[in-house]
Amino acid sequence: MANEAVKFVWEGAIPLQIHLHKSEVASHPAPPPALVLAPRIGYLPLLVPLIKPYFKDSLPPGEDSIWFDYKGFPLKWYIPTGVLFDLLCAEPERPWNLTIHFRGYPSNILIPCEGEDSVKWNFVNSLKEAAYIINGNCKNVMNMSQSDQEDLWTSVMNGDLDAYTRLSPKLKMGTIENEFSRKTSMSSPPSRQGVPEMDVTGQVKTARIPVRLYVRSITQDFENLEDVPEIDTWDDISYLNRPVEFLREEGKCFTLRNAIESLLPEFIGDRAQTSGEEGEERTADESEDADGAPQTGEIKLVRIQGIEMKLEIPFSWVVNNLMNPEFYLHISVLVKAPQR
Amino acid sequence: MESAREVSDGRLTVEGFSVAARAFSDKWKLHNQSLPPWSWVPLINRALLVSNKEEGYLSLEKIVILSSLEEIPEEESLNVTADYSESEELIDQTILVQNVENEAHFYDFHIVYSASYGVPVLYFRGYCSSGEPLSLDVVIKDLPSCSVSLLVESKWTFITQEEHPYLNRPWFKLHPCETEEWIRLLSQSSTSAGCKMPVELYLVSWFSVVGQVVGLRIPLEMLDQPFSV
Repeated sequence: MANEAVKFVWEGAIPLQIHLHKSEVASHPAPPPALVLAPRIGYLPLLVPLIKPYFKDSLPPGEDSIWFDYKGFPLKWYIPTGVLFDLLCAEPERPWNLTIHFRGYPSNILIPCEGEDSVKWNFVNSLKEAAYIINGNCKNVMNMSQSDQEDLWTSVMNGDLDAYTRLSPKLKMGTIENEFSRKTSMSSPPSRQGVPEMDVTGQVKTARIPVRLYVRSITQDFENLEDVPEIDTWDDISYLNRPVEFLREEGKCFTLRNAIESLLPEFIGDRAQTSGEEGEERTADESEDADGAPQTGEIKLVRIQGIEMKLEIPFSWVVNNLMNPEFYLHISVLVKAPQR
Repeated sequence: MESAREVSDGRLTVEGFSVAARAFSDKWKLHNQSLPPWSWVPLINRALLVSNKEEGYLSLEKIVILSSLEEIPEEESLNVTADYSESEELIDQTILVQNVENEAHFYDFHIVYSASYGVPVLYFRGYCSSGEPLSLDVVIKDLPSCSVSLLVESKWTFITQEEHPYLNRPWFKLHPCETEEWIRLLSQSSTSAGCKMPVELYLVSWFSVVGQVVGLRIPLEMLDQPFSV
């Protein structure tokens, strides 16, 4: 049975108000915007069958190549909708105003999308990658029967957590034990091993966790989230698709901070070190200014599944409860970039 | 600690990748003088303004493939040459428009390390002289015929368009999920002493297989000689 947090993640949705781009309005009057509820774990192209009826009579003749933008910023369809929202709306905007385009696909920026098929295979390929990270191979995904694979995808598409909970154990993904409770409530799945047999030394237990980290950097400082400037280019976002090595040491809890630190040592690691050595951060900043080295940046906000995260939370809890159905944990981070 | 000098399980560490990459580009320069060298691009994270000397990828750019030579037998079907700019200037624009088939296609190849799979991954993109990117339908015509049939069979699991991990733009990607397995097989058969492959030979062996998918063959001497540094 899925626990409560997972249920919340699956039921999470973002109200969207979708406008047809004005260059594509061929009817008078222009169609009113469409209101739809977009599942957080879903993907924008999957909403097209819901949205298209609103606009189909207003479109100019031609073939569809559908994409979305937010304030002119093209949205990558292969990023889960909830992650896009967390990343691009520092101050959550509800409803979220997006623009749909049926023409003029920006193929220099976005990967082509052939509707549901593309989204499904993007999901399956991510699932394979996650399986490889967790179990060291993707056999269990490859060996899943065609119909189970299809049903698993359908469960994700329909937000059917019960069906997903029934099917996903067939993937035999290793799990990590929740660190804060020593209960071994889940007994059937094998423990997560990473690269097990090869580890001859094996003093520290490790596991590899599939993580996708999206780092949006801004140069100005801000007081409130609503003052965060709008984003103009994907170049302001860096994307790290890199497993986190989960370290399990006696008497120590591996936290979200440790996980982010391992991916972004420039932000937490150095900073922690300098402030530790210098006593206070300001001294460190000034001394770096003097010799021309960049100042360290600063993490302003970490968001997962719409939740603003405290960095001290045990990473095992975060992974077990907030990961997406393809077994990836998507983390959105807002940083103030180091000044040059 | 496992030795950084040998590969026994088909995977590379990020440090191993950087060693293997340098060895590969050195050998390439030595044996493949008709093509430009691979260059090492250090990873610069634009958003974070952080550069990392250890991490990066290999890049071979502006390789010209003349799609007009399609009919020539498979062995030489790809006329791969470097720097086409001189002859390009001679082509009259109007002729270019009429004979789209004869237009030169440029290809960029990047070898990027995948931390998920612990193996190198080939990314590539094609574009014409105007810089306009080539779509998959056009790229297919430039690929060797064996790749084309594989591509038709496994549309979503062989070559797909994905985001370049460092450039934030759509590139073609050769799927890496079986790499570890066949590299392990290769290293078992190619070396007599056990099943270990020197890290320096990893990318050479890997590219001898992967390069063929996109029509880039490597001279056999690159594989023969043991690396002596």
